[in-house]
Amino acid sequence: MNGAQPMRLAAGGAIDRARPLGFTFDGRAYAGFAGDTLASALLANGVRLMGRSFKYHRPRGPWGAGAEEPNALVELRTGARREPNTRATVIELFDGLVAQSQNRWPSLRFDVMGVNGLFAPIFTAGFYYKTFMWPASFWEKLYEPIIRRAAGLGRAAREPDPDEYDRSHLFCDVLVIGAGPAGLAAALAAARSGARVVLADEDVRPGGRLLAEAHEIDSAPGVLWAERVAGELAGMANVTLLARTTVFGLFDHGAFAALERVADHLPEPAPHQVRQRLWRIQARRAVLAAGAIERPIAFGGNDRPGVMAASAVRAYLHRWAVLPGRRGVVFTASDDGWRTADALLAAGASVEAVVDARPDPPAALMRAAGARGLRVHAGAQVVGTHGHLGLQAVDVRLPSGSSLGIDCDLLAVSGGWNPTVHLASHQGAKPVWDAALAAFVPGRLPEGLAVAGAAAGRFTLAACLADGAEAGRAAASACGHAAAPLVLPRAADEPAAQAAFFHVPGPRGKAFVDFQNDVTVKDVKQAAREGYRSVEHAKRYTTLGMATDQGKTANVVGLAILAEATGRSIEATGTTIFRPPYTPVAMGAIVGHHRGRDFRPARHTPMHDWAAENGASFVEVGPWYRAQWYARPGEKGWRDSVDREAEAVRRAVGVCDVSTLGKIEVVGRDAAAFLDFVYTSMISTLPVGRVRYGLMLREDGLVFDDGTCARMGPERFFITTTTANAGRVMQHLEFCHQVLKPAMDVSFLSVTDRWAQVSIAGPRSRDLVAMLVGPGVDLSTAAFPHMSAAEVEVCGQVPARLFRLSFSGEMAYELGVPADFGDALMRHIMQVGAPLGLVPYGTEALSVLRVEKGHPAGGELNGHTTARDLGLGGMMSRKKDYVGRRLAERPAFTDPARPILVGFKPVDRGQELKSGAHFLDPGAEARIENDQGYMTSVAFSPALGHSIGLGLLARGRERIGQQVRAYDPVRNRDIVVEVCHPVFIDPEGDRTRG
Amino acid sequence: MLLLPCPFCGARAETEFVFGGDGSVAPPPEGENASDAAWTEALYFRDNPRGAHRELWFHRHGCRRWIAVERDTVSHAILRAELLVPSARKDGQA
Repeated sequence: MNGAQPMRLAAGGAIDRARPLGFTFDGRAYAGFAGDTLASALLANGVRLMGRSFKYHRPRGPWGAGAEEPNALVELRTGARREPNTRATVIELFDGLVAQSQNRWPSLRFDVMGVNGLFAPIFTAGFYYKTFMWPASFWEKLYEPIIRRAAGLGRAAREPDPDEYDRSHLFCDVLVIGAGPAGLAAALAAARSGARVVLADEDVRPGGRLLAEAHEIDSAPGVLWAERVAGELAGMANVTLLARTTVFGLFDHGAFAALERVADHLPEPAPHQVRQRLWRIQARRAVLAAGAIERPIAFGGNDRPGVMAASAVRAYLHRWAVLPGRRGVVFTASDDGWRTADALLAAGASVEAVVDARPDPPAALMRAAGARGLRVHAGAQVVGTHGHLGLQAVDVRLPSGSSLGIDCDLLAVSGGWNPTVHLASHQGAKPVWDAALAAFVPGRLPEGLAVAGAAAGRFTLAACLADGAEAGRAAASACGHAAAPLVLPRAADEPAAQAAFFHVPGPRGKAFVDFQNDVTVKDVKQAAREGYRSVEHAKRYTTLGMATDQGKTANVVGLAILAEATGRSIEATGTTIFRPPYTPVAMGAIVGHHRGRDFRPARHTPMHDWAAENGASFVEVGPWYRAQWYARPGEKGWRDSVDREAEAVRRAVGVCDVSTLGKIEVVGRDAAAFLDFVYTSMISTLPVGRVRYGLMLREDGLVFDDGTCARMGPERFFITTTTANAGRVMQHLEFCHQVLKPAMDVSFLSVTDRWAQVSIAGPRSRDLVAMLVGPGVDLSTAAFPHMSAAEVEVCGQVPARLFRLSFSGEMAYELGVPADFGDALMRHIMQVGAPLGLVPYGTEALSVLRVEKGHPAGGELNGHTTARDLGLGGMMSRKKDYVGRRLAERPAFTDPARPILVGFKPVDRGQELKSGAHFLDPGAEARIENDQGYMTSVAFSPALGHSIGLGLLARGRERIGQQVRAYDPVRNRDIVVEVCHPVFIDPEGDRTRG
Repeated sequence: MLLLPCPFCGARAETEFVFGGDGSVAPPPEGENASDAAWTEALYFRDNPRGAHRELWFHRHGCRRWIAVERDTVSHAILRAELLVPSARKDGQA
């Protein structure tokens, strides 16, 4: 017929014959045309064997022509872009496309695993549960590897995905899902009324079934009408058309998810082009016009290549000008199936017979068939098929009971249409069985969603157009857009009756219900016999309706057979739950740009670049990257750097970037009273220019966060939080204000990112600070003692805030400047501090210094400790109410036997302490009842020359000087430690205050 | 994903908010004079209703208002949403 494409019709179809495309399948080169799918191009080349089935490795060809395809799954592309289980029926052909068949070895035509078919009795329903039960030890060694090798069809790429994926948002008045006749009519009606409309369709071209049928609208081919409407919509400013876009999920409150295949029709995405885009569409109203999917009939050998959905046969003929077979038989239980015979005849194929399972098909159809000389067998059934790798003949059982063999290479099957109700059910509403229609239709609809056309069970073209137009008008009107007059196009109400006919009794050979999972009628019946009567149980037991197609063709047939086997109605049997996504979605599309280093945002302090230039190793603290230590040449490991940094602070002076601390301005007439309410200690008595350490409790009495509170003015405070809790403290303050103390005049401003802040610590810190703030600021202890705050200027021009605060136990200051000056400040400090022996120090040295001083931090503020546990009971004011006060007094929290913060030293000073070790009395058995507490923080103290620790120990203060076991079964350690005061260095605080 | 009608900002995606727990409970009005039982009830015991449920949300990436939302736990329908500081609008902070 057409040279290299023997099954291509000479004319017709929506293909561009001027643009031939080359591709390979299983290494063999073929040619197709622009506009082809992989399946249509292969069929045009006379290739109908496209894969092997999952369990029995039976030869399979395409059943359908769309997204519902269960059989023709192929591996597409190679290397890092190799993608398994893609449906050949929806892959747009491109030049150079490479595809491979799956689940066969050594070749598609000769597959060794085909012997699975001989062992079929083993692979029945519940196969996994029955076969791999025992012995348990076989699981890891034998069963799992076998199942892993056998399970799944294609192979995923082994390299990282080289493509980019995007996520975008759309907002509209009316979302129309599906651009078939109903969807186009709906979109047009809504758009002409002025509503903001989004029209999405999974196909590259608008038209839906119009592309596949010979229907006429306004006495012209329906495709032309579709093109004209799409053209009008494309020209309207209030309309967004999304082609190649599958709306795959309906979520709460009118949120839809859609996947746009931006570049899947290209060999690879263009530079800077994404491969796919995930749309989140927020729609006030939506019209579901997703059409319907033709269901199969289960009969013997109904999976042989050449057995096809009747609707798919018409699609291949009309849209792609491909003849799926030269000698056809139609097996139908619907009026719709009959049109396939006409389509085949028109394409020049022969039609050997029309077999209608219904005893009395409509007289009009019978008459028309008679006029064409068609042989019709009413009340007959196809019971079996013949052929090795493709169909060669069918066996028909006539009403008389006698059998008739018919030679053919194509069997077009129409079991009737199932409305595509999926999205209407994603919010949990079950579809309902319409007995007159012999189909499930949407039940109670989610708010804002209307269903139109075939998706609503309105199967004729005229009904689809009218229904769509009305749904579009109503949706726009609900959004406040007055309807524009719309003249409905003229179309016919073609015969569209269908019977509830699902399987042929007494099939010859395996009668498949679910092609993709190789589930047969027998399997479903067996599941029912074994007690799996619930449709959900039967699904899991037989695997019916699972895998990539999620039973789009199989489910209704399967549950109808289950209903019959359990003696219930289809209605009473019901459907399984529909869940998103409608069709498979690549993980890459869901992840979007959030992968690798972009997995989550990174926060850098203003001094980050400076730190990186100076050898800093960074540690993640929430989203922040903090300098952990600054390695110098010659240092062998991190401990060398940390010891050096900590020693330098104790000996001379160090500088540490503390910009990540949460910083909040608290202002208002009632700011002081409010802070009294959120901190355990009294803040209102704090004079301006002074700082107080503050502790916040949760309402349940446990410690929430700690930080400092500086009074910058009578009604103005500047408070700090821990790095990790900055956001939560802000939220807590807003809660305490808005919910608990709404009458108070106070407001909050998060200024964490506005201030770059450094800690300058060590005996020479005052000398360094003096060089920064100039001689005008009196830094003497008398004028600016420990716990003071002032607004100053750095280098005589940069506004700054100076605090005298110490975390390290040394004389120390914190200096804040506007964030933009942070980098310059750090470089300046390093320059002027060099003669003083200044070193930068990181979070590790910071931690060493604070453990030496017994200050609680993350390990101690762990959500299990009270203020008393941390030795901070004195900060719990008795003169006022505050959040957590009442619950902090409950008996369990005031129990003197509670573990309390103390220090620890290894008795053998050479040993290393580990946090997480649990304390036991010497000689006590290591059992949970004997547990005395646990180690919370440890450090190597360069000042003391040995390992030190902080921990929570029952009656710890009473046991200072005693010994306990630090038992650590996780790391297999068990050492004796001495209990000591938690402040290892300068317990009197002279160095701090000096 | 929920679409929460913030009385301050309008309908916004759930991702802008932080869930703040059950909005039908509050610290006992007697404060520190309330019984252990009353505090225990307020802090630890929560109903799990099928149907209308009052809950708190913090519009963290928006107006930073705490709002009370009445949500149907079955359908996720939002029945009501209100500011916890009714006076905030009058203050001109909107």
